Parts: sequence; structure tokens; C-alpha cells
Amino acid sequence: MVQFDLAARPLRELNAALHALPLNTNETHWEIINPDGKHAIAAGLDAPVTVEIKGNAGYYCAGMNQVATVVVHGNAGVGVAENMMSGRVHIRGDVSQSAGATGNGGLLIVEGNASGRCGISMKGIDIVVKGSIGPMSAFMAQAGNLVVLGDAGEALGDSIYEARLFVRGTVKSLGADCEEKTLGADERAILAGLLAEAESDASVDEFRLYGSARKLYHFHLDNADAY
Amino acid sequence: MCGIAGIFLKNPALEPRLGAMLSDMMAVLSDRGPDSAGFAIYGRGDADRRKVTLRGDSAAAVIAAVEGIGTELPGMVTEFRDSHAVVSIPVGDEAKLRALAATAGVQVVGTGERMEIYKEVGLPQSVSERFGLAQMSGTHAIGHTRMATESAVTTKGAHPFSTGGDQCLVHNGSLSNHNGVRRELIRQGIRFETDNDSEVAAGYLTQKLREGVGLREALQESLADLDGFYTFVVGTEKGFAVLRDPIACKPAVMAETDDYVAFGSEYRALAVLPGIETARVFEPEPATVYAWERH
Repeated sequence: MVQFDLAARPLRELNAALHALPLNTNETHWEIINPDGKHAIAAGLDAPVTVEIKGNAGYYCAGMNQVATVVVHGNAGVGVAENMMSGRVHIRGDVSQSAGATGNGGLLIVEGNASGRCGISMKGIDIVVKGSIGPMSAFMAQAGNLVVLGDAGEALGDSIYEARLFVRGTVKSLGADCEEKTLGADERAILAGLLAEAESDASVDEFRLYGSARKLYHFHLDNADAY
Repeated sequence: MCGIAGIFLKNPALEPRLGAMLSDMMAVLSDRGPDSAGFAIYGRGDADRRKVTLRGDSAAAVIAAVEGIGTELPGMVTEFRDSHAVVSIPVGDEAKLRALAATAGVQVVGTGERMEIYKEVGLPQSVSERFGLAQMSGTHAIGHTRMATESAVTTKGAHPFSTGGDQCLVHNGSLSNHNGVRRELIRQGIRFETDNDSEVAAGYLTQKLREGVGLREALQESLADLDGFYTFVVGTEKGFAVLRDPIACKPAVMAETDDYVAFGSEYRALAVLPGIETARVFEPEPATVYAWERH
């Protein structure tokens, strides 16, 4: 295992070292100590390595991740795993706003709560939040799955295109063009798979599914007078 | 972008370290606000006297002006800190002091029983060092690091703003209806030193407190009356409060332990505090007032 102390060496050195790893690297396990909320820790990884961050990470941790596994033993700041392509990002604590924003793929697991705008503009990422999520989550979501074991804040799924939003608790309000959907066999299988991946024993039966009413896809001639 | 740091102590044993704690937090927040910095600190006070913080264009200017004022106010006790002077006067002399300060060309930055306010242009760390923040003690303190986007980099535009005794406010964000609110507040007798939007928020709270509304309720009412983006951190003689706008546009993180409550724009600013490893760290919810009070 490679240990890197962010109190002793600069962040750029860490990220440069991680970026330089070849796909067949033998240095597959990294431990980062004293993160102290620094920004962009382990962003832009593209090798199959595991990076464990021992403490709290700041903004944009594990952004743009591809194939790597990043575990934060603490909280993460704004935009964790933003634009993730593949791989796995696991946060042991809470996350700030815009977690998993614009993510294309991979799995983001949050053991605690997520703040507002969780999964904003998600494009294929899977997100499992074991606590609750804040307001305006899954805004303009396009593809992927958001699973919430707790509650969702105001305006869930506002202006959603596609994407499945599974919520076990209460939803404070739904955003424009977001509606409850029937939880069919296909959706139940997807949900069960994600719960298993996130090592949750929650029952599929406890969830409700929300998605797009698809009424904003096309311009309605009836609205012409409004412009 | 701006940075905010605030500390409200629960454990009096930490009071001698308050200035050092705030100074460390503000240094971290330099990269959120390198233009200017300021802080308010609640230290010792005397119920019969008024503490007034005065600011001049330079250390020499403030010394010359305040020594002149002293000849007119014999009971005045003065402590100079760089471009600022904190003078202690009998409560009844405040109006006379304000008139003398205006004539002498020094600005009244804040008044109160216990509050002192310091602000200057420059990197937060150098501002803290110029005023000796790390050596100051107190019960609670609020600091601000400014990255000016809408108005000039001047000391007058630096936070905290104070529009009432022992009251101060710092703000990250921008208000859109401040001109209308300012006109109404001026009509009600609130005095403003600048055209700054954040000063209007301070004045709004001063007016509410004058009307006898509590700090928590005043902030609750501001949700309906102030429009824009904001995270506010507010201090009064006994209180410390936080409010974010309804869409939580600006960042905020808090930490609470048995010894203190602390606010930071980012977790990085909290990471320098003692006992942070075991603190309860949380983000304040949008449109929700958080307030603590000393007893």
C-alpha cells in the first residue's frame, strides 16, 4: 500500500502520481491521510486502483472517475464524483451539494445524508444514498438510478428527462414534470441489484418510484400565447 | 465568492484562544476572499461604558485624530491597533464622540458594550496580524474574507457591518432588493455608512431588534423581506446566528462540540479547530434559522 500525507506533501503531487499510474500498475491500494477538506482529491483517476481517504474531503473529490474505487472515511464537499464515468465512489459520512452531478456511469454510495441537488443532470450514474437527500435533487436528470433510503427534499426530479428515482421515505414535493410511476418487475430487479451492491438490507417493497411524465419533451401549441 | 468564519464558545476556558482560532480559520479562507478582511470580536465590557471602534486612513492618521478627540472627552480610554482605535467612553458621551469623529475624519466602525470590529484591505492573514487578532480573547467572534465582485475593493466595503450596538453581520452572496429596503430603513431611522447590500441586511436586523423582536425571529422574518442569495452569520452581545437563503446558494458548514459552535464557508476552515475530529459536522438547511445564546 502507498501512503500519502497531504499535510506533508502538496495535493498536485498526489493527483499527478495517481494520473501517471498505468492500467497494469502494481500500486493498486493508496491511503491518503490528513485530507482536511482539500479540494479535488483523487479527481480524474483512470486506473483500476483503490484510493482510501482517511478523513473529510473537500470539493470535487473523485470527480471524472473512471474504473477506480475511491472510499472517503469521512464527509465529502460539493460535487463529489461529479461527471463520474465508471468505477465506484463510497462515502462513509455525509456529502454536500451536487453529489454525482452529471455522472455518466459508475456507482456512488453515500452512507449518510446528501445535501441539495444530489444527482443534478445525472446521465447514467447510479447513486445510492442511505440517509436523506436535500431539495432540488435529480434536477434535469437524464439517465441512471437514484436510490434514497431516507426522505427527499423539495422539488424532486424537477424538469426530469428520464432516470429512475427510488425513494423509501417521504418526498416533500415533486418538481415540474416528475410523477410517481408503477414499480414494475424490471424496476424492482434494478433496485434489488443496487441495494445488494450497496450492502443494504432494505426491502424493495418499501420503495416508491418516480420518473418523468414526459410532458415537457415537446412544445405545446396551447402555450404559444405565453410567449 | 467570499469566506466566512465564526466561533461561539460554550466553554469559557477557550476564551483566551478565541482570536487565535479565528485567525487560523480566516487564513485558510484567503483563497475565497483575498481582497480584504474583517472581524468582530466580543471581549470584555463594562455596562456603564461604551466601546467604540474608530478607523482612520492610516495608523498615524487615527492616532492624530483620536488624540484630538481625547482632549474634548476627558473620560475616554483609548487603545490603538494599527489603523483602528478602540475607545471606551461613558455611555452618555456616544453622540458627542460621533460628532467629534465626523469632524476629525475618522469612521465609526462599530459600537457596543463588548464588541470590537476591525477591517482592512489586504490578505486575511496580514489583516489579522496587523490587528493582533491571534492574541485577542472573547466569547464569540465572526470573520469575513472578501472577494469583491460588484463594488470596489475598499475598507468601507469590507465586512462585518454593524448598524446597532453590539450587533454585527457578515454576508456571502448578493441581495437584489437592497435599495428599496434601505430607503424604508432610513425612513425608520437606521443610519448607513455605505451603499453596500450587506449593510442593508445588518440594518434590517437592527430595526427588528429595536422593535423588540428576538434575533431568531428577526432572521425568520428576513426570509420574506430580503431577496437574493445569502449566507448570513450574525452576532449580538449574547447571540450567534446563521441563515441561508431558500435555495442554499452559498456554501456553509458547521461544527458543534461541547466546547464551541463554529461556522465555516468550507470544511477546510473548520479543520484547523481543536477537537474537530470528534465534532458534529453538518450543513445548515436552507431557509432555516440556527441560533445560539449565552446565558
